[in-house]
Amino acid sequence: MTAPVVAEPDSETPEPPGGNVRRKVLVLVVAVLLLAGVGTFAVRYAAGRADRRNQEQAGGPPVREGAVTLQPAGRQLLLRNLAWGPHRDEVAAVPADRPDGPRTASGVKCLRFHAAAGTGICLQAEHGALDDTYHASVLDASLHEVRRFPAPGIPTRSRVSPSGHLVGWTVFVSGDSYAGTDFSTRTAIVDTRSWQFYDNLETFQVLKDGHPVQASDVNVWGVTFAADDNRFYATVATGGQTYLVQGDLAARTLTTLHQNVECPSLSPDGTRVAYKKRVAGADPAAPWRLYVLDLATMTETATAEQRNIDDQALWSDDHTLLYSLPGDYGSDLWTTPADGTGTPTVLVRSAVAPAYLG
Amino acid sequence: MYLADARSTKSDRAAAATPGTRPGRRAAVPGTVLALGAVSLVTDVSSEMVSAVLPLYVVAALGLSPLGFGLLDGINNGVGALVRLLGGHLADRGGRGHKLVAGIGYGLSALCKPLLLLVHTVPLIGGVLAIDRTGKGLRTAPRDAMISLATAPEHRGRAFGVHRAMDTTGALLGPLLAFAVLRITDDRAERAGYGAVFTVSGCVAVLGVLLLVLFVPGRVAPAAVPPGRVAPAAVPPGPRPTLRDAIALLRRPALRRLTLAAVLLGLTTVSDSFLYLLLQRELALPAHLFPLLPLGTAAVFLTLAVPLGLLADRIGRRTLFLAGHVVLLGAYGTVLSPLHGVGAAVLVLLLHGTFYAATDGVLAAATAATVPDEQQGAGQALVGTGQALARFTCSLAFGAAWTLCGPRTALAATTVALAVAALAATRLLRPTATTG
Repeated sequence: MTAPVVAEPDSETPEPPGGNVRRKVLVLVVAVLLLAGVGTFAVRYAAGRADRRNQEQAGGPPVREGAVTLQPAGRQLLLRNLAWGPHRDEVAAVPADRPDGPRTASGVKCLRFHAAAGTGICLQAEHGALDDTYHASVLDASLHEVRRFPAPGIPTRSRVSPSGHLVGWTVFVSGDSYAGTDFSTRTAIVDTRSWQFYDNLETFQVLKDGHPVQASDVNVWGVTFAADDNRFYATVATGGQTYLVQGDLAARTLTTLHQNVECPSLSPDGTRVAYKKRVAGADPAAPWRLYVLDLATMTETATAEQRNIDDQALWSDDHTLLYSLPGDYGSDLWTTPADGTGTPTVLVRSAVAPAYLG
Repeated sequence: MYLADARSTKSDRAAAATPGTRPGRRAAVPGTVLALGAVSLVTDVSSEMVSAVLPLYVVAALGLSPLGFGLLDGINNGVGALVRLLGGHLADRGGRGHKLVAGIGYGLSALCKPLLLLVHTVPLIGGVLAIDRTGKGLRTAPRDAMISLATAPEHRGRAFGVHRAMDTTGALLGPLLAFAVLRITDDRAERAGYGAVFTVSGCVAVLGVLLLVLFVPGRVAPAAVPPGRVAPAAVPPGPRPTLRDAIALLRRPALRRLTLAAVLLGLTTVSDSFLYLLLQRELALPAHLFPLLPLGTAAVFLTLAVPLGLLADRIGRRTLFLAGHVVLLGAYGTVLSPLHGVGAAVLVLLLHGTFYAATDGVLAAATAATVPDEQQGAGQALVGTGQALARFTCSLAFGAAWTLCGPRTALAATTVALAVAALAATRLLRPTATTG
């Protein structure tokens, strides 16, 4: 090997190893200091932004602390308040006829929330020393926790049955941290009368065309309850397809009804479900549109909402849908007629996870 | 067993096996191995930081459903395996090949972290993760080749054990660092907090590349050669190894048998995701314990990697590799047994982690003994790719069997197949067989 004319800072160069190592350690120390500086800056910048979000924003809805009940005298809209300020992320109430009016914040923080007939379900995070864990709190009419159930992942959907007896929720689970990208869902239902806990609906028998189906890739999400406190509807995914299923809690079965249905929401009269449908030819990053399915005829109706929807819609009455879309402060709630007519309009800014009470 | 391991290598290893050419026995874990271990540790901290917060980022900050990711996994596995083959082959072409190819692999993954700051849809995030996987595929074989080359043959079990323990330590530390950053930034709902995680992860990844550049020698000399002098015997005087030469490695009976054994056993090794799903369903484990299962396996793997590496050096890598699969058989048996609940799950995780500690680094050490120095990269890639593709095939077959006859029957069938594969592998890897 010919000696290089210019000495390279290279391990092969036969030179006194002591000086070489010292130089490398110096380079390393300088680099570590630089990288630590970049990292610290990024963390401080993010922390600063988080601080700003605790300041009330100009032009936002007024938010006052106060008592919130799940059995209000008049009709109210409850929601997770996303407006900046000290009451961000708290469950807040607004009069149903003045949704952009002042909000009464309850002091209870929920990632997902729903309520009916004096029962609430609140999915919360606990920021532990090592990582985040999650649980589902069943709330009484004054938003006090009655019972708490562990949840194995990030909350995404929650529902209470019209009677207030059943509660259900869905979380995202990433089971294998080495695979990293292998996500699935877990959906649970609790009967608040007996406190029976169905902690994973994947263990229910899936029936397709009258035949039992078993598959390792079964995922269940987006429960919506019927009025009889036994039947419910949900999405089942397997083999790359999604199905609307009708669930039977007593029989522990999920029966497929219709294909390409996600996050169903049953109308108050029990005749239709609003849902998100994956439409052909759409941008793969934004494939879902808001549809309504008539359960008697299985006919689909597209709503006037043309944008991508990634939410479990809510019926504000038998003719109107409420759903979230990305907004300046996280998300806004929009509304559109369920029969495909009209045009979507924004109902409430800076809010998510709505529920009508009273 | 040990003799068989040593015998299958060329005579130029005789010198390597002689103590005294390097000062003292402490050189059993050479600096190069520790440096590569540090690179892996730091890189795993970086990548597991991202893995840990990605679901939360997608759901809470971007407001998206992350279910689409799973579809990419299969493609990633297949591409990753082929890239690994390419990485091993390219690394053998020329003196600095190993470090260069490994450096490109680590660098590619480091580049992905700032890219995550720029993409905000599920398909694009999936694309960035695929590039990350490509980097991982590229660097694995050259890294293992460097560990082999830097270590005296009789200490390779320990060296790979040390490396795997450091690697797993990083994987366990990553999520802790990620959630520490999220706690300081105190906001799960906005992108800025995750931006900080990705930035810190990127900085950590750059540190990993820097450690490689600074402290891993450009030309890893065989262990016996004093540092500072390039061993002429280690550099092939003829043309560089071609792709055909890489495939021709399979003409070597010892490597062919080892590859065949790894493939056979890989075909009956249920993926981690499936095992955890089975644990939850068959042992009636409460759903909220599910996220802890991978941590259990990793903790056992981390604890036992070095002791079992040492044991492999004593009783033979192939023996331990086979024994590891017998342990896996025990794990399957426990899932199928009438045992239920958390206790049974702990037992399965203990066996599962032991299986990894007894097979992962140990297979690499066994592979090293079957290929000449100048083709270590290609050899490691061949066995590793064979095993990875076999496991991927097993996942597809297992998923289909689950759909057709249910999880319990699918696992029972896999257990029988694993027992048969272990018997066949025992025949393939008999000490006398290596002389044939």
